[in-house]
Amino acid sequence: MGDTKDGLKPKKIVFVTVGTTCFDALVRAMDTEVVKEELLRRGYTHLLIQMGRGSYVPSKSGGGNASLAVDYFTFSSSIADHLRSASLVISHAGSGSIFETLRLGKPLIVVVNEDLMDNHQSELAEELAERKHLYCARPQTLNQIIADMNLDSLLPYHPGDAMPVAKLINRFLGFPDD
Amino acid sequence: MSFVVVLSLVTIGVVLIRFAYVICRTGKPQKGRRRASEPASTLIVLGSGGHTAEMLNLLAVLQKDRFSPRFYIAAATDNMSLQKARSFENSLANETGDKVVETSQFMQIYRSREVGQSYITSVWTTLLALAHGLWLMIKIRPEVILCNGPGTCVPLCIIAFLFKIVGVRWSSIFYVESIARVQRLSLSGLILYKLHIADQFFVQWPQLQRKYPRSHYVGCLM
Repeated sequence: MGDTKDGLKPKKIVFVTVGTTCFDALVRAMDTEVVKEELLRRGYTHLLIQMGRGSYVPSKSGGGNASLAVDYFTFSSSIADHLRSASLVISHAGSGSIFETLRLGKPLIVVVNEDLMDNHQSELAEELAERKHLYCARPQTLNQIIADMNLDSLLPYHPGDAMPVAKLINRFLGFPDD
Repeated sequence: MSFVVVLSLVTIGVVLIRFAYVICRTGKPQKGRRRASEPASTLIVLGSGGHTAEMLNLLAVLQKDRFSPRFYIAAATDNMSLQKARSFENSLANETGDKVVETSQFMQIYRSREVGQSYITSVWTTLLALAHGLWLMIKIRPEVILCNGPGTCVPLCIIAFLFKIVGVRWSSIFYVESIARVQRLSLSGLILYKLHIADQFFVQWPQLQRKYPRSHYVGCLM
């Protein structure tokens, strides 16, 4: 019975990525019942965690019986595929992960790692959150953000352009404008 | 004795005048100073992760025939960046039919400071990085230096600045602050900006430009 029900219900994957960093606080937060329940309540069916160099191992779950299916791995060369198949991405604050997700047009929650010594990474996440391209959270506020988020209010991010820099460099060196 | 004093005073004077001249000339366009038809040998200092991605976005729109040959330098601990640069150059070579060995070279350099390394041991590693950087810079002597942090580029840019003073080579140094810097400059950026080492200094957020008026706001590269 459970199988046919699962088959009918669309798969909605939450993909968590910490890149090449160690971000146990995020993985631990994802592993809490409050966060998993909140994700389930918002209609997500699967949780896939890329845990990087972290040492905290989340508990796996096969899903079914109105619970979230949980799986994890450390590294993968096909992060892009995981991002593409996700309905929601929860990421560390690295600019690579952020812009790769935004370019794919996926809803994104960026979780700032407060344990980093030089925490400039929150600057970018907060600026992009202010411009409504993503949500910005801390590990302890994650469940609240998931509960309150309204994905329809997020604005698409239009990729930037290196042409202005190239023009200035060319002009400085005396190369003619095209 | 007085002759020695006079000689050393004159030497110091000459060095100071040259120093002042280099500071004044830095940031002034090279237009008319070099032949526009000739390509400029270019050193590209790759950061890591997001830094490298931003740099490759910039390289994608630069005219490859103008910025040639290209020398890529990345930290010895960072294999990914050179790999990405190699595949970028390979795809260019496939389009144009040139050989990669003729258009570009790839090198690694010791880092002055690893993430999390203490500031005391950084003194020693910085000296090592400087010596290695000097060796590489003597070999490359680039006309153009493109960098966007983090620390790897600082010793190379300082060496390039010293080359300007000594008269070995006049390099134009371009620094693009990372998109991750919204409110404050990175340490590398701050050094190159404050010491007038970068000829042109680009920032990707308007609020940073307001804080650092000599910088150019260019919008987001990513």
